[in-house]
Amino acid sequence: MQLTAENLVLSRGGRTIIDGLSFRLQAGEALVLTGANGSGKTTLLRALAGFLTPASGVIRIADAADEREIAELIHFVGHLDGLKTHLTVAENLAFWAAFLDGSDSHDSAAEVAAALERFALSGLADIPAGYLSAGQKRRLALARLAAAPRPLWLLDEPTASLDAAAAAVLVDCIDAHVRDGGLAVVATHMPVPLARAQEIRLGLAEDAA
Amino acid sequence: MLVKRDLRLAVRQGGALGTALGFYMIVVTLLPLGIGADLKLLSRIAPGVLWIALLLSALLSLPRVFASDYEDGSLDILATGALPLELVAAAKALAHWISTGVPLALLAPVLGILLNLEIGAYPVLVATMLIGTPAVSFIGAVGAALTLKAHRGGLLIALLVLPLYVPTLVFGMAAIGALLGPGGVTSPFLILTAISLFAVILGPIAAAAALRLQMQ
Amino acid sequence: MQTVTQRLANPTQFMDLSGRILPWLVGAAAAIIGYGLYLSFFVAPPDYQQGETVRIMYIHVPSAWLAMAAYTLIAISAFGLLVFRHPLADVSAKAAAPIGAAFTFIALVTGSLWGRPTWGTYWVWDARLTSVLILFFLYLGLIALRSSIEDETLAAKLTAILALVGIVMLPVIKFSVEWGNTLHQPASVLRLGGSTIDPSILKPLLVMALGFTVLFVALHVKAMRNEILRRRVKALQMAEVARAQAGQLAAAAE
Repeated sequence: MQLTAENLVLSRGGRTIIDGLSFRLQAGEALVLTGANGSGKTTLLRALAGFLTPASGVIRIADAADEREIAELIHFVGHLDGLKTHLTVAENLAFWAAFLDGSDSHDSAAEVAAALERFALSGLADIPAGYLSAGQKRRLALARLAAAPRPLWLLDEPTASLDAAAAAVLVDCIDAHVRDGGLAVVATHMPVPLARAQEIRLGLAEDAA
Repeated sequence: MLVKRDLRLAVRQGGALGTALGFYMIVVTLLPLGIGADLKLLSRIAPGVLWIALLLSALLSLPRVFASDYEDGSLDILATGALPLELVAAAKALAHWISTGVPLALLAPVLGILLNLEIGAYPVLVATMLIGTPAVSFIGAVGAALTLKAHRGGLLIALLVLPLYVPTLVFGMAAIGALLGPGGVTSPFLILTAISLFAVILGPIAAAAALRLQMQ
Repeated sequence: MQTVTQRLANPTQFMDLSGRILPWLVGAAAAIIGYGLYLSFFVAPPDYQQGETVRIMYIHVPSAWLAMAAYTLIAISAFGLLVFRHPLADVSAKAAAPIGAAFTFIALVTGSLWGRPTWGTYWVWDARLTSVLILFFLYLGLIALRSSIEDETLAAKLTAILALVGIVMLPVIKFSVEWGNTLHQPASVLRLGGSTIDPSILKPLLVMALGFTVLFVALHVKAMRNEILRRRVKALQMAEVARAQAGQLAAAAE
């Protein structure tokens, strides 16, 4: 599987945010996007996810074995956590696991339990998500990654609100995913020590350095 | 499955349904107070009043159909499922119908008592409402999708969507009259059904288009 | 050699062309409407039932026609925007909405005034007036939706979707209103003075319709020109903002 961007021009609200970006990401590789706030990291991730149509240029996901649409090949973890406050932790995750897998809730119960365990949320499984702290909510949002298998991960500031231990768990998770042949694009303005990662620095022309 | 989750949410959150039912009751109660308690008159206008009050009450919970998922980031994730966005929109409209439209339709005969609705009309009233309310939910969903980012979205939905409810209202009323009248004519009822089907099929397409534009 | 639509699609060329024909359009509209009014008020015969008041019809009916036509134009523009991304499609739709709403309003008011001497009330729920009233709400909806969304590009596309939904629902609405009417009471006194349309009535009607159409085109073109100019001003202002921001950053970096 290969993710390619060619001469990507992305604009938002009438302003060009990204002008002529090209890169290629192979299976087993990670890409870290750095840059100041407003430099276009979120815009680029949303474009890769298929939410934002590029003004010009091409985004291509090529895979011999997999014929699915881009949307079905990605995990998108944005700034917002995508949690329903009135559902419990377990219910939230079970819903996403089943929805993203296209399966029934029961089939993914094992994956859900494992994901909760991975992100140290098992003890909170029956608590309504609205009661969680910011860091716990973030971990629950990230637990989606482990609850349903998808090749391409698009993560926007995933370590926000996480303490050092949780951040380390996340980094391990991404590393493992990449090692197993997955792809990951991570936007962050804090250092994220991923093994095997290329870096692209986005930003305004003035502070290119 | 999405429908199940939304229904569960609706139950947990409680508020919206109660508000809609309460609004329905209050509006229907205001009528005799405003018009006078002439039972014969009330009986004649009861079906129309019940239909109109139902349309207004359904409007109350429409803004939330997509808004909460949009606000907490769930909409983005919903767009990455195996389900096309059109079906996601349809599922949410269906959940709205089950959680708001159907209860309102079932409450109508109870409120009909307040308006001295003739006994024979009860089953016909409920039947037409159950068949007509899908149009209310599915057309309403289009309005909800268009006004996600708009100021004063709730009021705006009413302005956008009420004119589009006219066919459902007219044929809902016509169906009641025709079924109760001599010969039990069913053609308005069938037309009402057709309108609902039309809304069920085309509504999600328009709603998904509007949602995609706002996810950019 | 570009086709007409291609030439018109370029805003600059549109401004050029429209600037030249606009005075002619206005003049033609004034002339035709003037002639039409003369025909309506002095030449056309009074109706055998309604007397002189039937003359209001010569304003009411063309207004209603234009109201429908304008909405159709908006729907076509909406289609052009969403499917073909025609650069002027949104300008056309945005400009047409208030003008269409105005014609609808005129149709409603004249319809009401026309009915007063005949029915004794200012309003009757006959099929046509009701349909025009609903059309008025559809226009209000378009205008309200556009003004309540800040992002102009987004507002343009969402309004386009609404216009298309409206044009699809409009026949259904008209059909349902007419059906509802045959059930309750026809009383459509707004029939054109008898079962056949006499040529002496038809001619002023068509002339007024033509005049109104030309007037609409003139107003529409003028409104489109205004909108294009407004967007140009906005683009210049945005560029100014970007320049100032770049200047600030450069200054801060020193």
